Amino acid sequence: MTGRETIEIACTVNGVERRLAVEPRELLIDVLRDRVGLTGTKRSCDVEVCGACTVLVDGVPVSSCTTLAVEADGRDVLTIEGVAAGGELDRVQRAFVEHGALQCGFCTPGMVLAVKALLAEHAHPTEADIRHYLRGNLCRCTGYVKILEAVRGLAAEAR
Amino acid sequence: MLLPRFALHRPAAIADALAMLAEHGEDASPYAGGTELLLAMKHRVLRYAHLVDLKRVPGLAGVRVAGDTLVIGALATHRALERDPLVVRHLPAYAAMTAQIANVRVRAAGTLGGNLAFAEPHADPPALLAALDARVTVAGVDGTREHTMDEFVVGPFETRRAPGEILTHVTVPLVAGRRAAYVRFGHLERPTIGVAAVLTLDADGRTVRRARIRVGSVGGRPAAAVAAEQALTGVDAAAVPDVSRDAGRRAADEVPVDADLRGAEDYKRHLVGVFVERALRQAVA
Repeated sequence: MTGRETIEIACTVNGVERRLAVEPRELLIDVLRDRVGLTGTKRSCDVEVCGACTVLVDGVPVSSCTTLAVEADGRDVLTIEGVAAGGELDRVQRAFVEHGALQCGFCTPGMVLAVKALLAEHAHPTEADIRHYLRGNLCRCTGYVKILEAVRGLAAEAR
Repeated sequence: MLLPRFALHRPAAIADALAMLAEHGEDASPYAGGTELLLAMKHRVLRYAHLVDLKRVPGLAGVRVAGDTLVIGALATHRALERDPLVVRHLPAYAAMTAQIANVRVRAAGTLGGNLAFAEPHADPPALLAALDARVTVAGVDGTREHTMDEFVVGPFETRRAPGEILTHVTVPLVAGRRAAYVRFGHLERPTIGVAAVLTLDADGRTVRRARIRVGSVGGRPAAAVAAEQALTGVDAAAVPDVSRDAGRRAADEVPVDADLRGAEDYKRHLVGVFVERALRQAVA
């Protein structure tokens, strides 16, 4: 049947080279969660609105729920599991902990990755930059105030 | 949600892409960013056994100045256009608009061509491009055709692109003395309303020679606010803010509005008045 054939892709996931044979219809989130075993990437809205499934592809945030896995070919994928280098929390993660910027934690992986991408683009984002960039990451525990506090703290840090 | 099975074709030339679309007919769709298409396929609203990926076709993603026009490739992502130096310089209102589309992830994947070809009524680029007198070029096996942006979108999810054709680029005339603004409003990712106001001033920069106002998202396609445009034509540029409220009222009375989950008809007409006024004020600010 048409579409059953697989396509070989080679990508880097959290610094580890991966070679995978994927069907065209396979979504990046499913390959990451079910085949690579990285379940920190969360599926929630499934329509690119909530940001829970955010991963960085070549440093840019994408909705892995609506990205074909074949699009990762030749790219560098960062998931939440790759953020804490050598088991030590990244500065974004530390800021979230220090400001209590999470409650249930379901949105947190996407939030942390979005903030990492934001800080890579703007080392010292303004309040407007922060709100604009994070508009697409939803938190159902209404933790936005503390999330914004955490990001403001990072924005103010000397680098 | 699992996608249905499909075959992915990745041609490296537009002629090959067109041949693949012709071969598979209604079973095939062009595929670029996938931000609209993959969602519709996940929900089984659209079914295609073949997707023809256009991202490996060279020359479809760039932006260039050609004579007195800016030519925007259909495969340019919203994110790329947001920061493209030519767009920022020649069409600052477009750069500002594109930075407001959906969210950072959708902008990174979604393309201008996909946005226009999908013709979701709640979208930002069509109204502004229509007000800027943009033209849309589609390629088919028998050659290329050009449509004005005003004509291209026929109605919700319907355009003049025939099945098997590929939207290749958008051409925007570059006009001296043009003042443009796009304002949008909505509680959701997609706009409830988006209004584009484009005023072309006389050579002396003092009088509005031509006004183009397009109201997007409240109806099935971007609507021309003709009576509002007439209220602006010949007006002293400095007096535009004074005329803007009357223009907004005229627009609120004249444009087609569909009641939907985003609001009832009277609410949407109210929004039209408010946002036409704001767009005009911003255009001359």
